[in-house]
Amino acid sequence: MTDFPGAPTGPRNGNRLRVLAAMSGGVDSAVAAARAAEAGHDVTGVHLALSANPQSFRTGARGCCTIEDSRDARRAADVIGIPFYVWDLADRFREDVVEDFIAEYAAGRTPNPCLRCNEKIKFAALLDKALALGFDAVCTGHYATIVVRDDGTRELHRASDAAKDQSYVLGVLDERQLAHAMFPLGDTPTTKDEIRAEAERRGLAVARKPDSHDICFIADGDTQGFLAKRLGTADGDIVDQDGTKLGTHEGAYGFTIGQRKGLRIGTPAADGKPRYVLDISPVNNTVTVGPAEALDVMALTAIKPRWCGTPPTGPGRYTAQLRAHGGESQVTAELVGEELRVRFTEPVRGVAPGQAVVLYDGTRVVGSATIAATERREGAATVAV
Amino acid sequence: MAYLDHAATTPMLPEAVQAMTEQLTSTGNASSLHAAGRRARRAVEESREALAAALGARPSEVVFTGGGTESDNLAVKGLYWARRAADPRRTRVLASPVEHHAVLDAVHWLADHEGASIDWLPVDRHGRVHPEALREAIQRDPCDVALATIMWANNEVGTVLPIAELAAVAREFEVPLHSDAVQAFGQVEVDFAASGLDAMTVTAHKIGGPYGVGALVLRREWAPVPLLHGGGQERDVRSGTLDTPAVVAFATAATLAAQRREEFVREVGGLRDRLVDAVREAVPEAILNGDPAPEGRLPANAHFSFPGCEGDSLLLLLDARGIECSTGSACTAGVAQPSHVLLAMGADSARARGSLRFSLGHTSTAADVAAVAEAIGPVVSRARAAGLS
Repeated sequence: MTDFPGAPTGPRNGNRLRVLAAMSGGVDSAVAAARAAEAGHDVTGVHLALSANPQSFRTGARGCCTIEDSRDARRAADVIGIPFYVWDLADRFREDVVEDFIAEYAAGRTPNPCLRCNEKIKFAALLDKALALGFDAVCTGHYATIVVRDDGTRELHRASDAAKDQSYVLGVLDERQLAHAMFPLGDTPTTKDEIRAEAERRGLAVARKPDSHDICFIADGDTQGFLAKRLGTADGDIVDQDGTKLGTHEGAYGFTIGQRKGLRIGTPAADGKPRYVLDISPVNNTVTVGPAEALDVMALTAIKPRWCGTPPTGPGRYTAQLRAHGGESQVTAELVGEELRVRFTEPVRGVAPGQAVVLYDGTRVVGSATIAATERREGAATVAV
Repeated sequence: MAYLDHAATTPMLPEAVQAMTEQLTSTGNASSLHAAGRRARRAVEESREALAAALGARPSEVVFTGGGTESDNLAVKGLYWARRAADPRRTRVLASPVEHHAVLDAVHWLADHEGASIDWLPVDRHGRVHPEALREAIQRDPCDVALATIMWANNEVGTVLPIAELAAVAREFEVPLHSDAVQAFGQVEVDFAASGLDAMTVTAHKIGGPYGVGALVLRREWAPVPLLHGGGQERDVRSGTLDTPAVVAFATAATLAAQRREEFVREVGGLRDRLVDAVREAVPEAILNGDPAPEGRLPANAHFSFPGCEGDSLLLLLDARGIECSTGSACTAGVAQPSHVLLAMGADSARARGSLRFSLGHTSTAADVAAVAEAIGPVVSRARAAGLS
């Protein structure tokens, strides 16, 4: 029997585990479930119903919440030959992910709902229920690798294929969650085309289904419209670094630090250079803009750290990733109390409070924390929200 | 495998399979005038007579349809339209809140699109509509009632309703009463003439017949506005080429269901009683929903709430042990919704979510009951640990 490196071992039937495969209706989770079943595990498929009023058909690039997606997942489970159920986690998802997303934007921060969903739904609500019902592990279609060390502890690493790596959105998992996680896609350097070919070979109809990109609970991909509907409009000023009013906006939550487009400022900057969002202040509902250089961040502090193993002691050198598809930056990081202090070797741009910083040691995920404040170049004022 | 979901569908009787297979090998449209057509028509009419006999109805009262959902829609919408056409004041629909979705959603549709107002008839804690409740509702204004619709037996909790008494009240005010008897037929005595009903829904696949065929039994004075227009078959009430093989198999199953009903009550009812005892012994806190008295309950139904458990957890765990049952309530995209029946009966949402229906049938055995007896204790403990999500 083949197995994945890092697949959690269970007490029963030698290495045969009872695995709950989360199936979104997309190609990745379908192939992941198929691989787990082929490896000899006792796999049950579950589609999570995360929307209280699901749309009938998928539109645009949404990936998981329509009745059509549920049916695609069911058909994949049929072909794999595993039992399949739909679990209603819509209430938990609304409370833990959607409302958090809205509250974060209202507070001027930029959250990543996928991390939040992995932390609170897939590897909490779902995992807890799975374990209680007698399952040993939850399997997903994430591209990441689990490595089991000689002492039995587990490490989370980047996927073998760096281009597909999704370890960033899993950076919130702690050791216990990792112990019950299974990522069958992450261990082989497989391109998306190869995964699609594998799905085709396995007879899975989702082989040619388009990838999902956008936030799954925002049907039309219009995040600003979604937020405006829930938070209402609140007119405020757009100002430059000196406080001079340049224009108005309909709600500070509509902006992200580093944003350039859609500022709708009538007068160009004196130097003719483009202007970017530097700061969002929900307190006085003001958006500050300025030149790109002013975005340079030298350091940040982050809160609510979560460690994929033992927390680091003392300052250390790591690489940091700040966005789901962002690059790596060299940093030194130190845990001071419950606060993570990160200093960049080279300045980075587009860092917004609310984002997660994930620390790596080589390919290993060390842990993650939520950015609370950044320190700009030239001793510029610390931006804390 | 222990199949305990006969209320969803029950295996076809061998006699029905045989009758259907024979018909499938011969050709003939029952509306054609030549010999092949006459042969098919004869088979249909003999089936109509047999079904009528099994249901205590006249052959001319049987309208074959595509199943229970169609019969319910035809009765509710068709009678509403016909009654309103005769007198525009008649826009009030009286319905029980524990109806199957085929009735419930048809009634909602009339309210949303056809100007109907709905009076939901109150039910007691077992899900039963009392004749006085119907009388009270009609008396609010007897002139504006289009129709009343009250099921004969509830598909979830198995409570049997006092149809003859309800029909007597409706008759007093000349209000047409329709009843969905899909679950009642074959389990309690269903005699259309004696019931006093105006319209009654039955379907084949709950009594050992095939899928996709049913009937609306309809007193001859009613001409509901059809849902389907076309060749004018079935008194012009239901156009469409008759499905001779399905109709013949339906009648075969119906005849046997009526003949074997007392034996069914004795044998399957006995197994059901043992199943209820076994569940109560293993899980003392389990609540039996619906009327606990044998005369007020379908003999094949056992419906429980397991406090602290999620119905879908119970279902998954039993399924993994080869026991097939149902949460009893309707699904939306595979997600079990809290049962509208239990909520109408006054259950709180936790009790409504933690429910499970075991429904027995003609293939049920003592081994099925034993399987449940063995599994239910551990399964409930485990589901309780998983809690309510």
